[in-house]
Amino acid sequence: MLDSPTTASGSGFHRLTTRLHLDMPLLIGSTAVALLGLVILYSATDQDMHHVWKQVIRLVVALVAMLLVAQVPPHWLRRIAPVAFTAGILLLVAVLVVGHTGKGAQRWLNLGLFRFQPGEMMKLAVPMMVAWYLHDKALPPGRLQVALCALMILIPTGLIARQPDLGTAVLVAAAGFFVLFFAGLRWRLILGMLALGAALVPVLWHFMHGYQRQRVLTFLNPENDPLGAGYHIIQSTIALGSGGLYGKGWLNGTQSHLDFLPEGSTDFILSVFGEEFGLFGILVLLALYLFLVVRGLYIATQAQTTFTRLLAGGLALTFFFFVFVNAGMVTGLLPVVGLPLPLISYGGTSMVTVMAGFGMLMSIHTHRKLLPT
Amino acid sequence: MARRLTLKDYLAESQLTIVRATWAVILIGLLTAVLIARLVYLQIVSYEHYATLSKENWVKLLPVPPTRGLIYDRNGVLLAENVPTYNLEITPEQVPNLKSTLARLRRLIPISDDDVDAFRQLMAQKPRFESIPLRFRLTPKEVARFAVNRWRFPGVDVTARLSRYYPLGPLAVHDIGYVGRIDVADLQRVNSSEYAGTSYIGKTGIEQYYEALLHGNVGVEQVEANAQGRTLRVLKRDAPQPGDDLYLTLDTRLQETAQKALGDYHGAVVALDPNNGDILAMVSTPVYNPNPFVDGIDAKAYRALRDNPGHPLFDRAIRGMYAPGSTIKPFMALAGLQYGTVTPTSTVYCPGYYQLPGSSRKYWGWKRTGHGTVDLKEAITESCDVYFYSLAHELGIDRMHAFLSRFGFGERTGVDVPGEKAGLLPSPQWKEAVRHQPWYPGETLINGIGQGYTLVTPLQLATAVAALATHGRRVVPHLLYATKDPSTGHLQIVPTRYRPTIVLANPAYWKDVITSMTDVVSSIHGTAHSIARGLSYTIAGKTGTAQLFGTGEGGYKDEAKIPFKLRDNALFIGFAPAYDPKIVVAVIVEHGGYGGVAAAPIARKVMDEYLVREKQ
Repeated sequence: MLDSPTTASGSGFHRLTTRLHLDMPLLIGSTAVALLGLVILYSATDQDMHHVWKQVIRLVVALVAMLLVAQVPPHWLRRIAPVAFTAGILLLVAVLVVGHTGKGAQRWLNLGLFRFQPGEMMKLAVPMMVAWYLHDKALPPGRLQVALCALMILIPTGLIARQPDLGTAVLVAAAGFFVLFFAGLRWRLILGMLALGAALVPVLWHFMHGYQRQRVLTFLNPENDPLGAGYHIIQSTIALGSGGLYGKGWLNGTQSHLDFLPEGSTDFILSVFGEEFGLFGILVLLALYLFLVVRGLYIATQAQTTFTRLLAGGLALTFFFFVFVNAGMVTGLLPVVGLPLPLISYGGTSMVTVMAGFGMLMSIHTHRKLLPT
Repeated sequence: MARRLTLKDYLAESQLTIVRATWAVILIGLLTAVLIARLVYLQIVSYEHYATLSKENWVKLLPVPPTRGLIYDRNGVLLAENVPTYNLEITPEQVPNLKSTLARLRRLIPISDDDVDAFRQLMAQKPRFESIPLRFRLTPKEVARFAVNRWRFPGVDVTARLSRYYPLGPLAVHDIGYVGRIDVADLQRVNSSEYAGTSYIGKTGIEQYYEALLHGNVGVEQVEANAQGRTLRVLKRDAPQPGDDLYLTLDTRLQETAQKALGDYHGAVVALDPNNGDILAMVSTPVYNPNPFVDGIDAKAYRALRDNPGHPLFDRAIRGMYAPGSTIKPFMALAGLQYGTVTPTSTVYCPGYYQLPGSSRKYWGWKRTGHGTVDLKEAITESCDVYFYSLAHELGIDRMHAFLSRFGFGERTGVDVPGEKAGLLPSPQWKEAVRHQPWYPGETLINGIGQGYTLVTPLQLATAVAALATHGRRVVPHLLYATKDPSTGHLQIVPTRYRPTIVLANPAYWKDVITSMTDVVSSIHGTAHSIARGLSYTIAGKTGTAQLFGTGEGGYKDEAKIPFKLRDNALFIGFAPAYDPKIVVAVIVEHGGYGGVAAAPIARKVMDEYLVREKQ
């Protein structure tokens, strides 16, 4: 694996990437996934170049964001963490009060030029905040510290879930939790939290919206309502299953092109991918994702401060979790929570967030200092 | 921040991160394994299952209805055809403002509220991209008017489709019948998958009886369809097999002659070829136009037909049951000869009435002054009732019933038109079973002259006459002459079906009766002598006048004083040429009065048309 602490040695290209604080494995891996995404998006949108160009523009914006974030030294990131977190909380409250309603949920803040989802920002701000809080504490954290971290995680999670945006809420909670995990959260506590979570299911059920409950029920038995709520899952598994080992070929997916598969270009784009490229194609895609995750974990192990180790580990695991939840929902392993497939699904905010996260990993990796061993 | 402490933390925490990263990799590996296992299950293990489901999703089978067979008469005159009709159809998806579009269309073309209601009902059931008919059968003028204004109506189109049409309208309507929209009851009778896509089914007549031949076999189109059911392209097409064309035994000109001859009278005419059972003409009047029934007759017009006192929808030729009156006498004469109760030369004295031995009750004949001494020939020629009272009495009801049964009285002829009635040939057993009463000897007399319980259909009567004309050879009357497979052009003639031949003790009896029947027309005393003028062939015939109104024992009153509805039915049976029969005719004129006056001339016209024209 390419591993280049800041030195002045190497070729011209190497010097350039070093100066731009780029991590080539992350850059190449994420760009490769995004390009595969454009290829399948072209098919999923029925060869609509208009959508593809819009996605290309988003990708460029996301790459610029990644590049910019990579320039920010980790200790700056640490310092702005509480600011970003507080701003995020305020924005979430603002969204609940004046937010723009889309698809029955208030997620958007209309900022004139573009609409902005504060929940998206919290995917990065929450792990930053938890890592900031823990960076000067003795690890593993004590109970009081864990409880405080839990508050930092649950307040934004609750606000996002209220919008309602279950998918993002789950992701934000996971991101915070993964930072705690890397802080050495004791297994007893982890298991205890899982048990508590299981015990809280009925409570959670009580607070769920009708459509969220429906999703869970549908997940448990899609055949109950094959033309209603179960339709997504049934058509998605048909698309994947009929793809077989090698798929029906690019642009030849009948499930997607004949409109049997809903949301084929957004949350269910993996079904289109699996239908057209088969198991083989999905394994290639999964390998690319895992490469990015493992690279992130590696960066965490190589990081030099508590903050960066926690943040890098948390971000890497969150990215995996992101992919897994989407793949799980598309394959019928998990309930439909409404999460896109990172870097591939059509839509902008999520791609910018993910790339910005990679920018942070790059920053962490490329701002290391040579230390005596 | 204490530097020493930080350094110490650094080492421990770095170690911690590596441990936790290792755990993370293990967890990731486990979850990934679960995911891959799921994908393998979906894409490898259950591949066949999901591939089938996927195909079922996008490949739809669409029925392609076959073209209905045409119907011709025996000379190739078209009786039922499929013509393109123009309908006004709307595709709701493409119409910007349906309400205003409908309002503007109605200013252009007459569209009834019923049409709009039917359209809205269909629209609620069908997807928005499907074209829905609003008005059927546009006139050429309406088509033209719409065509000029078409640009103002996006989503509205005139479409052509095949629709059944009967070019001769009311002619032979009871024989041909008509098709109509398939309803739920129809679908229960037929194989509904064969009728997917078909909009018409035979409702009456030949159209109903030979539905299976006329319909053909449905074709299938495999099409690619999207989730909304919209057809995108045709993948495969199995062409439908069109229905057979039917050639009927009817002769359109003869049919027309018979219908015209009946004029405004209600009644029936049946003309058969006695040698093969071909029905040359079969008329029931009044007639009606079948064409409005094809696309659904409107309720008002249907009520008018249904409530018409003449019952035009009723097929008198096969469903009308009439007392045969004196037309039964030739058959009774054969029965007397067969059982030896009379001989060709034996006589009966007719004082104008008959009395059963030991009874004072008088059974009057139609001629109150009596016929004097009559033999068989005179009895038939002059239609002497008393001779046949005597014959019937000596024969007895059981032998009478047995003998007349052999001519097919009291049973269906087996004609290929649905709904035929069997008539009624009474017997003591029948009376006991149905009326719970014993048979009275007087009833034998009454039935012996074709009154009383005895009822025949015009077709039944004609079929019995055919058996008489051919010396006992019994044919099954039929309307289907041949079928033609439109794809191969192969013509298949329908073979004649026969029933057991009637064998008499002495074949000369046939001639005795037939000769007597020729006298009915040719003799100056004959009851049908009025039709003998200018005859170039011999007719063997018999008139009948069936009483509908009991005039008591006093016999017949002045005809003109009886209300029309109670006047006698006039009948005539006959065949020609008498000794080489080519045509048998049976005529019933409701309330026509005397058979020789009202019915016989109709038969003459039909025979002339057939025999004289045939020679030319």
